[in-house]
Amino acid sequence: MQRIYFDNNATTPLAPEVFESMRPYMLEDYGNASSIHWFGQRAKAGVERAREQVAQLLNARSSEIVFTSGGTESDNAAILGIVEAARAERKHVVTTAIEHPAVLSTAKALEKRGVSVTYVRVGARGVIDPADVASAVRPETVLISVMHANNELGTVQPLEEIGRIARERDIYFHSDAVQSAGKLPVDVEKLGVDLLALSAHKLNGPKGIGALYVRKGTILRPLLHGGHHERDRRAGTENVAGIVGLGAAAEAARAHLREESDRVAALRDRLEAGILSSVPYVAVNGDRTRRVPNTTNLSFEYLEGEGFVIAMDLRGIACSTGSACSSGSLEPSHVLSAIGLRPEQARASIRFSLGRFNTEEDVDAALQILPAVVEQLRSVSPHYRKEAVSSQPSAVSKS
Amino acid sequence: MSIAIAMSGGVDSSTAAALLAEEHSTNRTGSSPEVVGLTMQLWNQRRLPQLLGEGAGEGGHASGRCCSLDDVYDARAVANFLNIPYYVINLEKQFEATVVRPFVEGYLAGETPIPCSLCNTEIKFAQFLNTARQIGAERIATGHYARIRRDPETGRHLLLRGVDRSKDQAYFLFGLTQEQLAQTEFPLGEMTKQQVRALARARGLPVAEKPDSQEICFVPTGSYRQFIDAYLAEQNHPHSPAGEVVSTDGRVLGEHHGIQNFTVGQRKGLGMAVGAPLYVIALDSAKKQVVVGDDRDLFRSRFRVREVNWIRPLAPRDAVDAHVKIRHNHPGAAARVEAHPGAEVQVEFLEPQRAITPGQAAVFYDDDEVVGGGWISQVL
Repeated sequence: MQRIYFDNNATTPLAPEVFESMRPYMLEDYGNASSIHWFGQRAKAGVERAREQVAQLLNARSSEIVFTSGGTESDNAAILGIVEAARAERKHVVTTAIEHPAVLSTAKALEKRGVSVTYVRVGARGVIDPADVASAVRPETVLISVMHANNELGTVQPLEEIGRIARERDIYFHSDAVQSAGKLPVDVEKLGVDLLALSAHKLNGPKGIGALYVRKGTILRPLLHGGHHERDRRAGTENVAGIVGLGAAAEAARAHLREESDRVAALRDRLEAGILSSVPYVAVNGDRTRRVPNTTNLSFEYLEGEGFVIAMDLRGIACSTGSACSSGSLEPSHVLSAIGLRPEQARASIRFSLGRFNTEEDVDAALQILPAVVEQLRSVSPHYRKEAVSSQPSAVSKS
Repeated sequence: MSIAIAMSGGVDSSTAAALLAEEHSTNRTGSSPEVVGLTMQLWNQRRLPQLLGEGAGEGGHASGRCCSLDDVYDARAVANFLNIPYYVINLEKQFEATVVRPFVEGYLAGETPIPCSLCNTEIKFAQFLNTARQIGAERIATGHYARIRRDPETGRHLLLRGVDRSKDQAYFLFGLTQEQLAQTEFPLGEMTKQQVRALARARGLPVAEKPDSQEICFVPTGSYRQFIDAYLAEQNHPHSPAGEVVSTDGRVLGEHHGIQNFTVGQRKGLGMAVGAPLYVIALDSAKKQVVVGDDRDLFRSRFRVREVNWIRPLAPRDAVDAHVKIRHNHPGAAARVEAHPGAEVQVEFLEPQRAITPGQAAVFYDDDEVVGGGWISQVL
């Protein structure tokens, strides 16, 4: 059975050239990058080259890149690091209702320790209004954390404006860019961020490695204590092969960003348009223009998202109902709730996220299979049968 | 022609899955697989943490009960071993609404409910069947010890006990409709428990040595009273009323702290010594009374049954002789069953039977065949 992978926001396939770049550091250049000898130096060289590659992707300085175990650690390190280093009087954080659990759970943990947190809301478009961030800010605010692109909807947040607000009020600004790095230009100067998280496995790099951009001069308490690695910012023997892979992935992303972005946007648009025209009672969730090029999140009325994902998987197509992190949980996606979907709409929402290795043929095959799957599910839904009898279904697309 | 097997992580459903996988492996055609394994996530064990005991809580997890992480792990391991696709589906909301809530309410109303029968009717053969249809499976299977036969003359499906008389699970399946029976398979119906375990071992299934679980799946401690208390506390339900313990002739003998703590035939827990042993004869939720008497008072013959489901149809106002069980482990006894209008039935045992309990299922058998059954509503 042909398998088609439309879940690139959950993770991406490792690019062959990235794997090749990592291989020598797993087999031959196995030294500890902190060791003085030749073996250590070889490893160190790989690490530093990768650091430069990541810095170039972000328009940052090498010295401002810290390697971590992934996006989650980067977010934790940024948020906890800033708040814990801040003076006692400055204990307020502003973030949003649509952040990834890596940010939200960290915020909740801070609340348990007496830090107050404001979760700025979004409208139906799934885009934060900078004015709402501005009005949430207080004298004691020490950090603003707003993601660059939302993992479920793909909507892109207005970081430049928020960065300006942060700078005016002298507040640190962190962004979880895990879903935007490699899909959109991410320029830390343009965005005005002080801290930024990214994760290798979202840009065809390996899992278990990420980076945190830390603007020079930022005062941050480290999350991990131990050796002096990463300029005392992150202890622990470097995952050299992983770092090298991240570097290679970052370089490949930067080299092909524009053309790959256009290519995948065209595939996504064709998939989205194809679904909207061949299946009735479907709507796109979130803003369709301020969006990463690879994602479409759709609500299919009269079916259960869980059943849809399983039915599609049994026919070889991989997609998801929301973020991978929330699968198996009872509550509807907090992101979909935040944009105003009712629980039954949220439960009927599916995310298709395309990537570097998807092709026109993938989209064709999916469009062949999907409408029948939808019909199959709807035919078993008691609600759909009532509707189908009483009204004429037609291709409806709302955005 | 594909089939979805409900996998609980236990030996029975795992062996049933193995049998199906073998049967269908030679029929593999087309672009989607023949057998799909599914576990229903029905109840979150962490929801009432006070029931979990030591070692559970924020970091810990419950094991050994329905829907624990261990059960899903086991079911998944078996599915991987059998090389069949496997998914977990979340039916927690539906399970709470159609099984847990009625369970608690039944006890508060002075009944002794059996959630397992309700679960079969509402969840396993309704919701699960619906999910199976959604994903494209045409039939479902479970590890129940029961058999389905089709009568070639009438086209109707018959439900029979399994071959293993000590594991009569057909008792819990009395609520199944013809439509449900037509879409179901019970791979274990012709086997005994020993044979099933032997087969599990012979096939090398990961769960071959796993012990059976005996209690209600969502009651981790085995104490339904603790569960009800914890659930009511979580729901901010007012404390269930205390009331009087009275004799069969109406004399007040003492006090109780909630009729849900009692069941007909119960001897312990009355907290009083009156000479001869006292048994709970009846529970009156309207008067909040527990009626006690001696052992003889427990023996009755006539009772009403509501919401009767007929697997073999009986027209209203007809009567039939049947072998009737009033509890899962009741051996059953000869009775006359009279259909009344409105899905009610009156049953009269030829010999009085001990502790006929409202809320339990009365199931009517004709030899091995389950003719029908319903909920005991009133002892006459």
